[in-house]
Parts: sequence; C-alpha cells; structure tokens
Amino acid sequence: MKADALMTPVSNPAESPKWQRFTLGQRSARYMVYLIIVMSFFASLRTVEIIPEFLLDAPEQLADMFRRMWPMDFAAYPTTIHGAMLDTLHIATLGTLLSLILAMPLALMNANNIVKSSWVNWIAKFFLVASRSVNSLIWALLFVAIFGPGVLAGVLAVALRSVGFVGKLFSEALEEVNMGSVEAIRATGASFASVLIKAYWPQAKPAFFSILLFRWDINVRESAVLGLVGAGGIGVVLNDAMNLFQWPKVAMVLTTIFVVVLLIEFIVVQVRKRLM
Amino acid sequence: MATIVDRQNPFKTSLSTKFLWLGLFVYLAYAFSTLDIGWERFMLGLDQGGRLIDRLFPPNFTRWELLLSDLIESLQIAIIASVAGILISLFVGLMAARNMMPNVISIPVRVFIALCRTFHPVIIAILFVKAVGFGALAGILTLTVASIGFVAKLFAEAIEEISFKQVEAIRATGAGFISTILFGVIPQVFSRFIGFSIYQLDSNLRNSTMVGIVGAGGLGGTLFSAFQRFDYDFVTAILLAIIALILVGEALSNLVRRIFQ
Amino acid sequence: MSRLEIRDLNHAYVSNKPILKNINIDINEAGVIAIIGPSGTGKSTLLRCINRLIQPTDGSIIFKNKDVAKIKGKSLREVRRQIGMVFQEYNLVERLSVLENVLTGRLGYMSAWSAWRRNFTDKDIQRAFELLEFVGLSDFAMQRADSLSGGQRQRVGIARALMQEPAILLADEPTSSLDPKTSVEIMELLTQLAQDKGIPTLVNIHDVNLAKRYAQRMIGMSGGEVVYDGKPDGITDTHLKTIYGGESWLQ
Repeated sequence: MKADALMTPVSNPAESPKWQRFTLGQRSARYMVYLIIVMSFFASLRTVEIIPEFLLDAPEQLADMFRRMWPMDFAAYPTTIHGAMLDTLHIATLGTLLSLILAMPLALMNANNIVKSSWVNWIAKFFLVASRSVNSLIWALLFVAIFGPGVLAGVLAVALRSVGFVGKLFSEALEEVNMGSVEAIRATGASFASVLIKAYWPQAKPAFFSILLFRWDINVRESAVLGLVGAGGIGVVLNDAMNLFQWPKVAMVLTTIFVVVLLIEFIVVQVRKRLM
Repeated sequence: MATIVDRQNPFKTSLSTKFLWLGLFVYLAYAFSTLDIGWERFMLGLDQGGRLIDRLFPPNFTRWELLLSDLIESLQIAIIASVAGILISLFVGLMAARNMMPNVISIPVRVFIALCRTFHPVIIAILFVKAVGFGALAGILTLTVASIGFVAKLFAEAIEEISFKQVEAIRATGAGFISTILFGVIPQVFSRFIGFSIYQLDSNLRNSTMVGIVGAGGLGGTLFSAFQRFDYDFVTAILLAIIALILVGEALSNLVRRIFQ
Repeated sequence: MSRLEIRDLNHAYVSNKPILKNINIDINEAGVIAIIGPSGTGKSTLLRCINRLIQPTDGSIIFKNKDVAKIKGKSLREVRRQIGMVFQEYNLVERLSVLENVLTGRLGYMSAWSAWRRNFTDKDIQRAFELLEFVGLSDFAMQRADSLSGGQRQRVGIARALMQEPAILLADEPTSSLDPKTSVEIMELLTQLAQDKGIPTLVNIHDVNLAKRYAQRMIGMSGGEVVYDGKPDGITDTHLKTIYGGESWLQ
C-alpha cells in the first residue's frame, strides 16, 4: 500500500479554495483589531478619571449599603410602592400598545415585498433607526420637558423607543412571508387590504405576537427606571427614597422590581410556548 | 362514531380573537381611569412641544470642550467595561455551562448571571454610584456587570450546544482540562463569542451615554443637567454628539464583524 | 507481561444491567485485532474503558505496569497520550485546520501554557507534516477540517492518533460511516501502520468480511461477553451464529 494510492481526488475543486483558512490580509486585519482593542483599552485605563482608592473601597461600601438596607421596609409596599409598580406596568403596556399603532405602518412601508418603492422603504427605515438610536431615558427626558413629569411622558418614551424595535422585527417577519400564497390571493382579484389581511397576516401572526411579548418584557424593565427622570412609575419612588436616604425602602423597591421582572419573564416564556 | 362536519366560515373571527379585543378595551378603559393622562394635558403638551422645538434649534456647540471631554469619557467607560466584562464572561460563561461543569459550580454561577441581567443598567448604576461615588468608575462597574449578564449567558448557551465528540477526541489524546477547553471547546464557539462581544461593545457604547443620568460618568450627566437648566440648544448639541458616536460605533462593529466572518 | 491486560472487566451504566461482563483479554502482538459483534454489545464501551473515557465499574486494565482503571489526574493523562484513538465519526475539531487537528495529538505532552500559545515544537510540526504525507493529505494541511470528505477526515483522525506516538491504537468503528471503497482504504492504512510501526491496533468493526480480510486475530463479543478469541480462519458459521444470532444474514 503506497501513500499515493490513498489520494482520492479532491471532491470539489471549485469549492476548496474558499476554505483556505485565512489569507494574509484577513489574518493581519484580525491582529489589527486585537491590537487596536488592547491599545484603546490601556489608553482608556491610563486617561480615565477614576480614583483607585474608591475601587478598593467599593466592596466595603457596597457591604455597608446592603447592611443599611436590611431589614426591608415592608410597610412601604401597600402605601406607595404597590400603586407605583402598577403605574410602571401600565406605562410598559400602554407604551407597547401605542408603539404598535405607530410601528405597523412603518413596518409595512419598510417591507420591500409589500411596498415596492425604495423611496418609501428608506423613509420608513430612517424613522425606525432614529427611534432605536435614542435611549428610552433620553426620550423620557424630552417628553418630561414637553408634557411635564408624569405617566404620560413615560408612555410616550416607551412607545417611541419601541417603534424601531417592533417595526424592524415585524417588517423582517413580513419579508419572510411565502410569496406564493400572496400571489395566489392577489390572483383572485383581492384588494390590497384583503391581500394584507388574508395573505400576509396569517403567516406573520405568530412572529407578531412573539415580537410584541418580547418587547413588552423589555419595556417592563425599562419603564421601571424612567421615573428617575420624572416619567412616572416606580422609578419616582426609588428616586425619592434614595434622595432621602431611606435605604430600607430602596431595598423594598428593588425587591419589588426584581420579583415583577422575574414574574413577567416567566409569563412571557409560558405564553410564547403556547403560541409557538 | 359519526363525523361531525363543521362548515363554519373559516374567515369568521374566532371567539378567542373577540375576547382579545374585549380584554384590550376593558384594560384601556381601566388604565386610563387610574392614570393621570388627560386629553387636554396632551394638547397643552403639543403646544409646549412646538415651543420646545423652537428652542432646540440651532444646536449650540459653544461648550464643545466640555462636550468633547464627556464624549471621551463615555468612550473610555464603554471600552474598559467591554474588555473587562467580556474577559470575565469568558470564565463565567464557561463555569455556567452545564455540560462542562458539575452542578455545584454551574448553578451558583447561573444565579449570579441572572442577577446581573435582571436589573436595568441604570439601577445597577445607582447602586455603584452610592458605593464608589460619582464618576466614571461607577459607569465602568455598571457596564461590566451588564456585559457579564448578556455575554456570559449567551456564551454558556453556545458551549452547551457544542458537539461533545470533538471534546472527547481531544480528551483521548491525554490533553489536560485547560488544553481540552482550548482545542476542543473554544474553536467551536469562538466565532459566536466574537459576535456576542461585538454586539455588547455596541450596546455598551449606547449605554455609556446614559448611565451619566444617575451620575455614573460620561455624556449623560451633562445631558441631564442641560435639561434641568432648560439649556435646550445645548441638549441638541449633546444629542447630535450621541447619535454620531452611535453611528460611528455601528459602522466600526460592522467592519469588525466582516473581518471576523 | 503483555502490553495490555484486561482482567475481569465489568461495566454497567445502570446497576444490574451490565454492558460488559467479565472481560479478559491480553494484547501482545502488533497488528490488527478486530472486535466483532452486533451493535449494543459493548464493543465501544470496552474501547472507551481502555483509555478511561468511561470509568469501568470494576476489574483492571494493566498497561505499562499501571492499572488504568484506578489512576486519575496526571498519570491518567500520561497513559491516555500513549493510547491513540480513532473514532467512528472522526471527531475532528471542525473549525481547526487539518494540520492543527493533527497537532492536537501532542497536547498530552504539553503544558496548558504552551497549548495556549500554540507553542508546538518544530519537531512536532515536522512530524505532523510527515504524517499528513503518510496518510496522503499533504495538500490539505491548511484547510479547515470540515471541508474534507469522510475518508479524508478519517485519515486525519488516524494521523492525529499517530501524532501521540501511541503504544497501542484503538479504533472505534472506523469504517462505519464510510462507503465500501473508502472503508477498504482505511482498513489497509490501519493494517499497514499496525505492521510497519508495530502498534497493536484494536478495531471495533461489525463487517465480518472486512475484519477477516485484515485482522490477524479476532475477538467476538455477544451480550457483553467475549465468545471467541483467536485466528480469523478459526471463526465458523456456528461462532457467527452465537455472536450475531439468527442465520438468515449468513446466506
């Protein structure tokens, strides 16, 4: 048995060059990325204004903070926290619903298998990207400036922030629709609206509810902090308690948020399981 | 058994859909009754909004030095927190993978990751500001924790999905635990890990402009005080700087993603 | 003193459901030793006990004056690196290059620190290239392992095992995922190196004809027990009936 007898022809010569692991260019590009990351890391570390003693002190300070938090102020739950937490849930839910109303037309305009004009696609894309680029806290700051502190600003902040997310994902779901059945319905002479409702919607429906639930889950977390800039909900209570150094109450608020977030996540996972 | 022929109109709205709509309206009625959201307030706000927009423009860049130093601080926070968070996530993620570690290690580590994830970065930032004082350090610690919550979780899941046969083959060569990880596990998950890391770097960049709102350094603090002082033309300048930072970050992460594909 | 002595080896994944029952085997000679038997009879388990990928329930495996069944940690790794293993599904690290896969055969000889820096010695790299040439894959050294065909991958698997400079080679169904022509090539390769390099090679195989053609000794297993151990030409239809049960497949 000779070694050359073992040589079987390369199964697919046209394909094999693709697997040349890395070219020199790729390799050096990777090393450049590593180098830049390491350099910018050390440059940042050298120039950033931090006081190392504070870092060393951090564990003790944290421990001290947690000590002051215990025992939690359970009495504050029924008086202030419960209502504020419900407000937060309302902000998240109403914000998500409002974002749907705004996101739907944008998603339709963005899906290139529904609206063929690339002009319209780009306009929709611009609004979707703008919405996602601005953090919900910054949206909240803007709306507090416009509508004054309160729940309304929170709802609008959540809604405007979610539009980009919901709109982008939903238009992707629409673009994945099987066009065969769409054409079949169109061939019956159905109007544009009927095609949307009878051809696109049934196929995109599971994705739609899944996206909605996913965003709602995120929004509950986000709306819990909007109160820090005055946009209503549990964050207001947290902010007040902290400014007054009421640590046991802070602990109670944080625990409430923790439990609610876990609960919402559990519900979302369960509902999604049923939907799928 | 007789077959029941059900010839309902298939397009008729089903009972559950009707209930969904009904539930939605009941909820809306209830929510609006408890919340302090009124139509006149909204209209008043629109009026106010018009005036606000007038005051937002033109953006005021006269305090560009402050803006630039804040921008750099945000960048520093994002870079340090990303590198630290991603490096820690490598180990934490490995320890959380149920197919590599016994339960005594993986369960506590998973709880730790869940804790990092559950709280919004802003809440974590508040706690760190109380612990280490105002400034960039609190921001760095916050985003490090947030990075662990995201990257370590996904990394652990990626490790749990690997082919264990390849690991077994490396083990059979007599390789030690660390060598087995290096040659049997890491090659299988490396590209996904890079993907998560780039995503997190991008997300840290966004969040580094926000943690300042609660005093954890970066652009957010200046933005918040500009809002409080009704310094709206400076607000616009800061917002433009943030958007520029995010766009540049997004372009860079797309570039890195292409390099590592 | 044999090179490998398996004494009273028992293994059960679930207690009271033994998969290996009192296995006694001595391996002394170089060359291919085929282990035949139906699926689920414990052939794979037996091989995996020898290099302790599976911890046997009891019994002993004496290799180089050590009982492999009892050792752990560093001494276990030192034993493992002297036992090469070839797998049914090749088990290459798919995202590493062919050359890197072969080099992983040296990991048992390196510190974790050297492994991290990929600090293989020049001698090792030289040897890896030679082995690739031996198995006929020199041109593929820099390609990723997942771009190869099944037969090519198996040859990389063999090169990786040889890289360990093994005193003994275990091959777990090395041909079961391959077409007949490639199977023959792989068996020829294993036979050639078992003889040329003087390595005892235990091959699990369920193709009796292929086994008869290449093995100089055959071990028949059935129900977790060794029911035949001897020359290939000594194996009769009666033996095969005890091993595999039934007889219609013999015609």
